[in-house]
Amino acid sequence: MLNNVTLGQYYPVDSPIHRLDPRVKLVLTIAFIVSVFLVKDASFPISSFIGYALLLGFIILAARLSRVPFKLLLKGLKPLRLIILITFILNLFFTGGSVVWVEFWIIRITREAFLQALCYSLRLVFLVSGTSLLTLTTSPIALADGIELLLTPLKKLRFPAHELAMMMTIALRFIPTLLEETDKIMKAQMARGADFESGNLISRARSMVPLLVPLFVSAFRRAGDLAMAMESRCYHGGEGRTRLRVLKITRGDLLACGVVAVLIALIVVEGRFLPY
Amino acid sequence: MQNESLIRIDEVSFTYEGASSPALSHVSADIQPGEFVAVLGHNGSGKSTLAKLLNALYIPTEGTVAVCGYDTRKEELVWEIRRRAGMIFQNPDNQIVATLVKEDVAFGLENLGVPTEEMIPRIESALSAVRMSKYADSAPHQLSGGQKQRVAIAGILAMEPSVIIADEATAMLDPSGRKEVLDTIRMLNRKKGITVVWITHFMEEAAQADRVLVVTDGEVRLSGTPAEVFDNVDLMQEMHLDVPPMTALANALRQEGMPLPAGILTVEDLAKEVDQVLCPSKSGT
Repeated sequence: MLNNVTLGQYYPVDSPIHRLDPRVKLVLTIAFIVSVFLVKDASFPISSFIGYALLLGFIILAARLSRVPFKLLLKGLKPLRLIILITFILNLFFTGGSVVWVEFWIIRITREAFLQALCYSLRLVFLVSGTSLLTLTTSPIALADGIELLLTPLKKLRFPAHELAMMMTIALRFIPTLLEETDKIMKAQMARGADFESGNLISRARSMVPLLVPLFVSAFRRAGDLAMAMESRCYHGGEGRTRLRVLKITRGDLLACGVVAVLIALIVVEGRFLPY
Repeated sequence: MQNESLIRIDEVSFTYEGASSPALSHVSADIQPGEFVAVLGHNGSGKSTLAKLLNALYIPTEGTVAVCGYDTRKEELVWEIRRRAGMIFQNPDNQIVATLVKEDVAFGLENLGVPTEEMIPRIESALSAVRMSKYADSAPHQLSGGQKQRVAIAGILAMEPSVIIADEATAMLDPSGRKEVLDTIRMLNRKKGITVVWITHFMEEAAQADRVLVVTDGEVRLSGTPAEVFDNVDLMQEMHLDVPPMTALANALRQEGMPLPAGILTVEDLAKEVDQVLCPSKSGT
């Protein structure tokens, strides 16, 4: 259970996408999300179709470059399949329209409703696959780094960017340690006859108490120890701190920005000039 | 400037907030550069409190602690003191901050504001000094306890300290991990001349130091070379502390009338002395 803990869903291979600066990847992901919303909705079916085709092309290109298997990307959609399905069904049944395809009893499906349902579901699919591409190709630590640096300008507004990133790093550092400890406590309690598996939901939740209490107590003790160890190594917040990992914008980063800029431009332009 | 002491503890008392009796009372000691000093005491004796006073984590209630001439009561000197007096703690897991070994070693340097180019060679040399270079890119949870403690030592070493204070650094390790860590520290003490304050409740570890301070009930009761300290077998036992088995045996033999000298620590020492008592003719050859 413990030796193969993968943090997040990071897929560790070397690829041009993995090598991109995490700051750039974060910004580009946000830009991609915006571009998904820029695509015209179903009232302009042709424009909308071209827009989604462009997004699909972009995702396929990025996924191929990142060497992340397509299956993994689709797996990211799995937890959301229910939401996507509900979105599709609701839009299908409750959107009005003039071109009626099916009509009996209270059910009425129109062409417009079908297209809109398709549109909204696709929007969700692209949102999820775009963001999972980010988490698949960026290690959590690089992400924490990127977030810290992107939020640095907000420090002037007293936003604790450094503290936030430090908290994320420490949380990541202690996930395996706490998992190991959970395992240990669980075995110790089981040796004394604790039962974590049988019973209904409530009794199973109650059986977690003897697991969670020691875990919390020890987590607080660890936090105290760690704070002392950090202080004794001269930690005094983000001020005047240098970093071992320095992020640099490379030509690949600029190229990636260019590609996304072209994508957004194309979507905006075709939306403007193809009002069908 | 006449005073060469690296650490000067002068009539120090410390009482925890809300505690009725002091954890340490009127402790004085001087630690010279390059020394390996063991502080021996059992749980609750005040030895960990003493360690935390040496690095300005605690400030004495009374008296003064000076590290490299810096008084720990002066708030503006805190970071100077902590850079010079590196501290290693008991729990190997709870002192590693970063998710990779080399990044953890960098943590102290990052805090000090060392430029990145300078960091890399310092990290490499610190890791090679504790023989952990191979693990620079490993995650802490993949390491054994002894290895984690060596990473913690490297993290301190990269900051180029004058003194390393180890607060029961081996208490949570298995015997091989304990040896690994103590050997590393002794090597650093001998080869790099780094002063060591080794806080422990293991008599065997204290026996390897240049000097031992025995702390009981917040007071320094004995101080001297291991041989001098352990010869007080009765006093040590009264304080519920072990003495090396050979010292205890020599003491028992002495009480039975065998004229053995003081200062016996090892099997070899005792064998030699017993041999001299039993076959005086052989001596001198």
